[in-house]
Amino acid sequence: MKSKLLNGNEAAALAVKLARAQVVCAYPITPQTSLVESIAGMCARGDFPGEFVNVESEYSALAYTIGASYAGARAFTATSSQGLAYMHELLHWAAGARLPIVMVNASRALGAPWSLEPDQLDSLAQRDTGWLQFYCADVQEILDTIIFSFRLVEETGIPCMVVYDGFVLSHTHEVVELPGQEQADAFLPAPPGRTALRTDRPQNIQAVTDYRYVSRVLQRRHRDMLKVPALIQSLAQEYADIFGRNYPLVETYRWEGAKWEETEAVIVAVGSAAQTVKSALPSFSGQGDKMGLLRIRLFRPLPKKEIISLLAQPRIKKVVIIDRDLSAGTGGIFAQELRAVLQGSPFQGDIYELNLAGGVDLTPNLLHRGLAALDRGGDDDGSGIIWGVDLQ
Amino acid sequence: MIHTLVGDIPRQEFMLSGHNGCQGCGPALAVRHLIKISGPEAIIVIPASCWSIISGVEPFHSLKTVVLHCPFPSAAATGAGIKTGLEAVGDMRTQVIVLAGDGATFDIGLQGLSGVAERNEDIIYVCYDNEAYMNTGTQRSSASPYGSLSTTTPAPAAKSSPKKDIMKIVEAHEVPYAATANIAYPGDLLAKMRRAMQVKGFRFLHIFTPCMQGWGSPIEHTVKLARLAVLTRLFPLYEVENGEHYRLSYIPEEYLPVQAYLEGQKRFSSLQEAELAQMQKRIDRAWRALCQKAGVDPVIPPPKA
Repeated sequence: MKSKLLNGNEAAALAVKLARAQVVCAYPITPQTSLVESIAGMCARGDFPGEFVNVESEYSALAYTIGASYAGARAFTATSSQGLAYMHELLHWAAGARLPIVMVNASRALGAPWSLEPDQLDSLAQRDTGWLQFYCADVQEILDTIIFSFRLVEETGIPCMVVYDGFVLSHTHEVVELPGQEQADAFLPAPPGRTALRTDRPQNIQAVTDYRYVSRVLQRRHRDMLKVPALIQSLAQEYADIFGRNYPLVETYRWEGAKWEETEAVIVAVGSAAQTVKSALPSFSGQGDKMGLLRIRLFRPLPKKEIISLLAQPRIKKVVIIDRDLSAGTGGIFAQELRAVLQGSPFQGDIYELNLAGGVDLTPNLLHRGLAALDRGGDDDGSGIIWGVDLQ
Repeated sequence: MIHTLVGDIPRQEFMLSGHNGCQGCGPALAVRHLIKISGPEAIIVIPASCWSIISGVEPFHSLKTVVLHCPFPSAAATGAGIKTGLEAVGDMRTQVIVLAGDGATFDIGLQGLSGVAERNEDIIYVCYDNEAYMNTGTQRSSASPYGSLSTTTPAPAAKSSPKKDIMKIVEAHEVPYAATANIAYPGDLLAKMRRAMQVKGFRFLHIFTPCMQGWGSPIEHTVKLARLAVLTRLFPLYEVENGEHYRLSYIPEEYLPVQAYLEGQKRFSSLQEAELAQMQKRIDRAWRALCQKAGVDPVIPPPKA
């Protein structure tokens, strides 16, 4: 293992190479582009184990990836924002067909208007497509999560989306521990090879069928989804044994010397925003609240049991959920999901929303202002949401 | 000259009776022929189209081969992805055949089709063209002819734009092989499929497959109408290699006005004299242009007295 200075997209490209992906098909879109360029470059130099195909749209990129995966190849694609929205129909199809595809989405706001900011609605709007979703907080985690996901999708037959904030992570360099090929090979078995499309007997695959069959297919998918958190935990241990890094389903954090067991207020954050919260937490230590951070890493399936056990404690009086997305008319999506999870649990505190829709950059200052607004009784507009940017 | 002899057609069948095609189904007949050449080891990719149904509703299956269904616009890219995936796992031999209707080819899948053609993906793309969305009850597509009625171009507002020339679009990509074929000329159709199987790279077959339900004609007229489309030069039979070498597969000996083809089709029942003349003019012009490309005498013989 050696250390290297990499940005998120470069780390992702190297992870795909380490995973020995056999077919990579993509269409470039900002801020994912340099990932695709990295893979194209490695291919051109003969330094990549698979085929890279640059197609004419995101729609075809996922269709092509689906085809390759059907043929038994280890397949990968990557996109962002409008591109992911354009893939929508096929996201459902890939999940329904139980194809072990890994995809990267570099978060970026959806238009209109055009924006390049790291709003996360692009991937969150795909929460019901039946894909697994990880949200990464740093560049090392991007690399590790991609390698990890190839094993996970092949064990579950559920495709996986690895999400990271556009620019904030895709284009920011960090020192990364780059695993050796032998480590990746120790964790990932050889690709599964020819399975579905065998021509030795006639088959009519995904033919029209009736509600009974569809209902059973959906129930099986639901049941298999529910098994995923436990599987991830056991695979994470195996990953840690080989790579030395262990990623939980949800991460908890307090500053040095503070114990989670003494936490009275919790900030829930996702992706790179969680890093900001981490760095800002010590500055709250003198303000009375005993604050902690809970970072949601796995969003689909949402690890409900773990979240409840961490938050539904009598001492926890306040939960502040940071969303960098908005379901207009309802609120942040993580806030919705957390409210649903805590509904009916022993949690008895108050839930607040700090909303950074549009990709508002979370600075320690903004965090301070947001929390101060909550202490004053919350928002001014009656929406129950503290906004990252004032409307006026 | 054109292969029409039934003796050329292999006897072995890979399509089963009891399929879900309507009576007089042109697309069913086309595939029955094609699959005799591609055999049981090809992988057939079908987007939403009549063949989504003809191939059988779960758990039934009308083809003795592997069929993979895929979303409407995705067939070209899915097929190409399968081929690349097969090669990645060491199978360099299996042919991938996309089997798409005119809606999936001319309309919603056109971008994907252009993509695989431009990249010269190593697949066979077969478009069976029945000139409207027939599986959903006859809505117009961009393959519907000028002057035709459909449920979305109902009388008196028949389709006012001409049929899109999909062959010209594919030819413009300079693909290794593109050809038109017709169920009324099965010998020619089989020969073209054989040729397609031998060529490496992107191959395109545009097959004329009448739909009696949608066209409003008696079910026993499928082959007759298909033949008249060729004899009136409305649907010329030809092939193109690398976008430049044109070869006419058949030159009708007599000049037959398009009226002979239109008669008996309810979809053309609102056609006026002026529109008919317009249609004939367009056919004659397209025929001359095609003959020029193929280097044959473009003179259209006058109608026999």
